[in-house]
Amino acid sequence: MGELKLMKGNEALAEAAIRAGADAYFGYPITPQSEVIEYLMAEKPHERTGMVVLQAESEIAAINMVYGAAGAGKKVMTSSSSPGISLKQEGISYIAGAELPCLYVNVVRGGPGLGTIQPSQADYFQSTKGGGHGDYRQIVLAPASVQEMSDFVKEGFDLAFKYRIPVLILSDGVIGQMMEKVELFDPIPRWTDEEAIANSPWATTGKKNGTERRIITSLDLDSHKMEEHNIKLQEKYKEITKNEVRYELIDCDDAEYIFVAYGSSARIAQKAVQLARAKGIKAGLFRLITLFPFPTVKMREMCGKGIKGFLAVEMSAGQMVEDVMLAVRGCAKVEHFGRYGGIVHTPEEVLAALEQKIIGG
Amino acid sequence: MAEITLQDIIKPENLVYKKTDLMTDKPLSYCPGCGHGTAHRITMEVIEELNLAEDTIGVAPVGCSVLAYEFMNVDMTQAAHGRAPAVATGIKRVWPNKVVFTYQGDGDLAAIGTSETIHACNRGENIVIIFINNGIYGMTGGQMAPTTLPGMKSSTSPYGRDVAMMGNPLKMTELVAQLPGTYFVTRQAVHTPAAVRKAKKAIKKAFENQRDCKPGLSFIEIVSNCNSGWKMTPTDANKWMEENMFPFYPMGDIKVDGQLVK
Repeated sequence: MGELKLMKGNEALAEAAIRAGADAYFGYPITPQSEVIEYLMAEKPHERTGMVVLQAESEIAAINMVYGAAGAGKKVMTSSSSPGISLKQEGISYIAGAELPCLYVNVVRGGPGLGTIQPSQADYFQSTKGGGHGDYRQIVLAPASVQEMSDFVKEGFDLAFKYRIPVLILSDGVIGQMMEKVELFDPIPRWTDEEAIANSPWATTGKKNGTERRIITSLDLDSHKMEEHNIKLQEKYKEITKNEVRYELIDCDDAEYIFVAYGSSARIAQKAVQLARAKGIKAGLFRLITLFPFPTVKMREMCGKGIKGFLAVEMSAGQMVEDVMLAVRGCAKVEHFGRYGGIVHTPEEVLAALEQKIIGG
Repeated sequence: MAEITLQDIIKPENLVYKKTDLMTDKPLSYCPGCGHGTAHRITMEVIEELNLAEDTIGVAPVGCSVLAYEFMNVDMTQAAHGRAPAVATGIKRVWPNKVVFTYQGDGDLAAIGTSETIHACNRGENIVIIFINNGIYGMTGGQMAPTTLPGMKSSTSPYGRDVAMMGNPLKMTELVAQLPGTYFVTRQAVHTPAAVRKAKKAIKKAFENQRDCKPGLSFIEIVSNCNSGWKMTPTDANKWMEENMFPFYPMGDIKVDGQLVK
């Protein structure tokens, strides 16, 4: 058993970055995720593992530091919250276009604009449909506990390097700020320089005599080549969709009604399942772990098996619900419920929405 | 007397000049008369002469030199517009023993990338920045740059730069020289053989500073021409540059070994 600690989600994520053998973290403070860089600075990871931690002059600079270091074959990450993530979108598009592996974290707060510092899930579209310009996707992991804030760092880096893709941990202000027991995984040593070069032969690490130089770019002025590159990206996304869908089904075996939720909304919906069951309503929870790839096939399969309706529960005005509708394609009722703008819904509100919108509707 | 054939002439002992292997054979995409080609060449010659090629990572900008990675035969990363100093920071911080440089134009470095430039300089990142200032946005077709001179015409200042309306040209090199993080700051040109020799010497000093882990960033501005954007012949452009650009952007070292010299 790994080391047990009581930690904030943001702290667990920061500790996991050191333990996952990250080479660098580049960040910029923003509520509600500033504990990530504060924890890292206090922990002196440079002394623990040799990991670089640098506070950049802006979110834009931070993501471009990630772009440079990721292109040089190192395991690097950044984190921010919604307004800061918007600033990073240019860099993320370049990272996706140049096919670089990296991890970044969005501890979502309410928007639009400067919005509020309270929790939200209103960045779903931005996260899953490609927040920057161009046809690209990224793997999106949605932690629902402090434990997953830690575990997904390790898993995120593995996926990033497996597919040479940016991986986003889409958290929210609840998961980032709340304290829970977390079992920390054993530290993984940082790659040596030789290992980094061997693991990423495509990276810019200095052109040795007699070898071809390496170029990190997202540019090709030849449209035919650019189309080929785009086709290759789309094939990669299909491969990811085939291999990497992750979800958790809770009380779904005999369920007639399904809450679909992720992150802190999934925790609330899980309580709503208990409240429903206590009233004799056969409810279950479909908890999304990957938001991209979305578990379309599984959801479609389920709707033929006695499911009368799906209630998408999310702290937004209705974003994930569109992917539920695309999966279900009309074979069962789909409705949305969520509070937003920084308000967190209660289990009672969620159950009431099920009764009104799905059962009674 | 025997007739001299071509084979008699092409002999190693007769070689007076050879293109560095650190420039690829790809034809340059720059306009005839443009200073970029010379600036590329002397940069690569310096890296070759210092035997740094195997440990060098360059960062290309957005602008006319966006395709610098096609011509410079070292590992290269192409950065988003203005972000090269941040990209170079990321590379240098995870590979502190490598030699990292950026090659940027004035739109890239002095407008959209002002923040990244100032902060990389101020942190004293141990990198080299080569800054080509031709007072105009070349690639997008000759629009006004932050460095466009007062009264100078461009496609977005067709009646000349009116500083009351459009603001003043920005002297980035003087500005970054004031920051404690810069170690070597100089302004050069590449329009005459004498200027090329001086500029190459300055670039060499900058790369030596980085190689020797001197504390701080080395920043080399090269005042250059844009005959296409300025709508002049190459020779007229160089003359115009000497008469108009050099008085505003004076040549020479501004900071050497961490000390301001003027």
